[in-house]
Amino acid sequence: MATASAPKPPAFDLAAALKEAGLTAFVMLALAAGIVAFHIVDVPGGLAIETRFGTAIAVAALGFFGRLGVILLRTARPLPVLVVALAAAAVWIAALLAESLFGPDWAARLQMTLPFDDVVVNWIVALTALGFALRALWMLRNAGASAEEIVDRDAAMDSVAARVARSSRYIGPVLLVAAVVFPLLIFMPETAWLPSVDRRLLDIGILVVTYIMLGWGLNIVVGLAGLLDLGYVAFYAVGAYSYALLATHFNLGFWICLPFAGMMAAMAGMLLGFPVLRLRGDYLAIVTLGFGEMIRVVLLNWYKFTNGPDGISGIPRPTFFGLPFSRTADDGGETFYSFFGLPYSPTDRVIFLYYVILALALLTNLFTLRIRKLPVGRAWEALREDEIACRSLGINPRNTKLTAFSIGAMFAGFAGSFFATRQGFISPESFTFIESAVILAIVVLGGFGSQIGIVLAAILLIGLPEFFRELQQYRMLAFGAAMVLIMLWRPRGLLAFREPTIRLHHGVSPPAQTVAAARPDEVA
Amino acid sequence: MSPSSQMQPGPEPAVKKSLLVVEHLTMRFGGLIAINDISFVAADREITAIIGPNGAGKTTVFNCLTGFYEPTIGRLTLNHPQRGRFMLERMEGHLIPAQAGVARTFQNIRLFGAMSVLENLIVAQHNTLMRASGFSFAGLIGLPRYSRAEARAVERARYWLDRVNLTARADDPAASLPYGDQRRLEIARAMCIEPALLCLDEPAAGLNPRESADLNRLLLDIRNEHGIGLLLIEHDMTVVMGISDHIVVLDYGRLIADGTPEEIRSNPAVVRAYLGEEEDEDLPEEVAHDIDVKREDD
Amino acid sequence: MEYFVQQLINGLTLGAIYGLIAIGYTMVYGIIGMINFAHGEVFMIGAFISLICVMVLGMFGLTWVPLALLVTLIVTMALTAVYGWTLERIAYRPLRGSPRLAALITAIGMSIFLQNYVQLLQGARVKPLQPLISGGFEIMRREGFVVSLSYLQLFIWILTLVLMTIFTLIITRTALGRAQRACEQDMGMASLLGINVDRTISLTFVMGAALAAVAGLIFLINYGVIDFYIGFLAGIKAFTAAVLGGIGSLPGAMLGGLLIGLIEAFWSGYFTVEYKDVASFSILVLVLIFRPTGLLGKPDIEKV
Repeated sequence: MATASAPKPPAFDLAAALKEAGLTAFVMLALAAGIVAFHIVDVPGGLAIETRFGTAIAVAALGFFGRLGVILLRTARPLPVLVVALAAAAVWIAALLAESLFGPDWAARLQMTLPFDDVVVNWIVALTALGFALRALWMLRNAGASAEEIVDRDAAMDSVAARVARSSRYIGPVLLVAAVVFPLLIFMPETAWLPSVDRRLLDIGILVVTYIMLGWGLNIVVGLAGLLDLGYVAFYAVGAYSYALLATHFNLGFWICLPFAGMMAAMAGMLLGFPVLRLRGDYLAIVTLGFGEMIRVVLLNWYKFTNGPDGISGIPRPTFFGLPFSRTADDGGETFYSFFGLPYSPTDRVIFLYYVILALALLTNLFTLRIRKLPVGRAWEALREDEIACRSLGINPRNTKLTAFSIGAMFAGFAGSFFATRQGFISPESFTFIESAVILAIVVLGGFGSQIGIVLAAILLIGLPEFFRELQQYRMLAFGAAMVLIMLWRPRGLLAFREPTIRLHHGVSPPAQTVAAARPDEVA
Repeated sequence: MSPSSQMQPGPEPAVKKSLLVVEHLTMRFGGLIAINDISFVAADREITAIIGPNGAGKTTVFNCLTGFYEPTIGRLTLNHPQRGRFMLERMEGHLIPAQAGVARTFQNIRLFGAMSVLENLIVAQHNTLMRASGFSFAGLIGLPRYSRAEARAVERARYWLDRVNLTARADDPAASLPYGDQRRLEIARAMCIEPALLCLDEPAAGLNPRESADLNRLLLDIRNEHGIGLLLIEHDMTVVMGISDHIVVLDYGRLIADGTPEEIRSNPAVVRAYLGEEEDEDLPEEVAHDIDVKREDD
Repeated sequence: MEYFVQQLINGLTLGAIYGLIAIGYTMVYGIIGMINFAHGEVFMIGAFISLICVMVLGMFGLTWVPLALLVTLIVTMALTAVYGWTLERIAYRPLRGSPRLAALITAIGMSIFLQNYVQLLQGARVKPLQPLISGGFEIMRREGFVVSLSYLQLFIWILTLVLMTIFTLIITRTALGRAQRACEQDMGMASLLGINVDRTISLTFVMGAALAAVAGLIFLINYGVIDFYIGFLAGIKAFTAAVLGGIGSLPGAMLGGLLIGLIEAFWSGYFTVEYKDVASFSILVLVLIFRPTGLLGKPDIEKV
């Protein structure tokens, strides 16, 4: 297995390994004993209980073998892991695909091997086994290279992140062009080489861009200023209700209300932030969470003002410089279609909405990119790094935090009023803590401060589950798991990479080269 | 408690201009008295060292001076050569560096680790740049006024990078620097706020003898060329005796001696409390170790 | 007056639940200086395991209530404690020494995960349970208004008192408690002195989870309805209780729990039920701003 030059693998103690794996299996069994093994079902007249002992035992068994595999890999014995994991993965994947590959007879037989009833869970298990196999294969090929793997892995991810950040100069425009062209594909005749775009895909596109914008907005607060805001959705709600109320009561249009909604949200941010921003990280998190809930409770119960749980409906749609996207204008005036002499098409309004949110999102991005290079932006980052040092340099921590908090809130307010105009109906139900958690997950997954990482995370976390409806019910579960795993694997976020906002030595970009190239002329 | 008149510092000769006047400074934490009725004067263009055994209250004096603690009793007056007189104990923490021009470094270095060396020095010029950027509004729309101010800030940063020999590392993250470089960067950063008084909390801790000698030269240069006062907490006696103009000795929160290095060296109370102890010779390593342990705690 | 007494009784019962959860927050905070965000979910899991246990016992024909409750109590505490242990092992131990934000996000992730795990496995519908203990004393009656103290409430008070006493004894009298206090002061030093820090922290989580499980059981038998979402609000309120009492202080957590329970009961009784959550959050904010050390907490000097 290991070559002569490689360091001797750590000793492998079968008894200890079995004991450890057994302990894991025992813990898994205990975890599964309550919630997994029994299922409370509703029956007429009360509750009944169903058992799922098989599932619980499968959980424990997988825990046992998984743990054993981890120990074997840790002690540099990849061969048995490779064989078993590969075999298991092959059988399970075959079973999962059996229906279409081998026909119903084989399928029935193969599906006996699957550990769980649920397809998605089985896929996860099969892919995990495949992951084990790949890891073992990698170890076999790079014998003995597992010594400082955590450091190596982080360095490897750093270089990936650095490459992504550097190439964002090219990826950015490409993504931008793709985002701009995307809705136009709906007019294209269906061809073999272009994906067909329909109304549903366009809706998903709007949703993804909305979350990208929210992610970018929250990134100012969490990524740059390091303030963990768990009530971000409150400002989204303030923006949405500001627009909805102004529009329905005073008959004001979207474009007039938009800046106002942003301002209202920023003010709310300032009001909420002022008393609490001096609190330390985790206290701040829980207080912002409390505020988020408070605003929701107020929206829910202030019936006269917000119409309570029934929400506000009939929120006007945005117009194109005053031209509505409707078949006929209410007041008998011009519509978008009559003005341009186009035939009426309901899709146009969706396309227009898409461009509105795209523009808002790009505004957020542009703002962030610029403010990072300004003293406030640098002070935000400095505050995230060390508040005490900031104070000793004459930076007012409270005001600086307050600007970050309220500017982040302002962008949430913009996004909120867009949400209101797009839905045409809002109710407190849309603004729960889960929403804040989703936005936070996007920021965390993308990597604090990485603008492009947030785009990728939003596509992955919002677009994918929207597209594959079967994944919907696992979405929040996956969010939670992803937040945990990513923090364990790479605490700064998947694509975290920080490019200095200003450079002394121009022209040389990779840091390694910077040092090497700068030395001859600088160090005399 | 009128801030005016009667400000005639006693102990110092009349020729020297007093920069910092500490009067009856007392700090209590609950029942614990960390410093008890300390008075001394630090003169302009001089290096004043505060020494004393561990736990004597040296860092607490610094924390009172720089606004991290509010003194229980006492008056802290700073006579800024250009901007006039400031009552430090009444000022908000972040205004002390910004207005009174008191800069400080920390015992356990506090850099902005993820930011580049250059950025650390630019952040230090925050208030100047903030005004130049029209509180961000002018900066956001890209007015040339801001870019000119930023260029000036970079020039000042470059000057200090050259002084502390870190120009080549300017674009690297501050956390990636070796320990000695981090100490010097922190001093450079403090100097970037253009202070009238620079407070250094154990700047030589953890440095090797060569680095320590370089540091002595740097501090003397800062005093001579920039004409500011320095306040120094230090355990390393070669540094203290080598560069201080004036030494203040604390023990158990009390002031036990105050004078020139020669006077301090021969002061029996000091010898008893501090210099007489053998183990002080190898303090730097111990202190360095101490700091490492503390950092792990953070 | 009668109404006041009735709300007092209700408030004390609610306070017992918050107090038991708050102890978990306060113990974990004391030892690792972190808010265990997922603690509310541990309570929720405790409530579910209790319900499952009661139903399984019913299936086996064990219907004598005292025995059924005792078995449920023990099983729930044990099984929920495993969740507490696992939580620490997965979400906290690997991140010891990492930036605070990282551990906090892991905890939030864990909380979201556990909530949806229960939702997926047990469904999103609320689960009602027939009252196990019925009847009670009539304390006073005037003009048709009856103030009653049910046997159930009495049982809850006694159970809480007994458990509190046991846990206070564990913390103050045993080697484990001593190890915990040592780790609180200085983890590095404690480990140098031969204290198994990992084990001590694990046991802290286990104890916190076991008490949260009891709170879950009490919630189940008192309110008779649970769903996968109960951990969220109860968690925040119990945290408020811990902060109000002074985070890190065990008697503080219980006192804070009782106070929050009373405040909520009186608020709902005399003002509006709808805004009772807002009242608790406001208390949290006010305490954190004006007295961050809480009622019984120790002052925390900022280290520079």
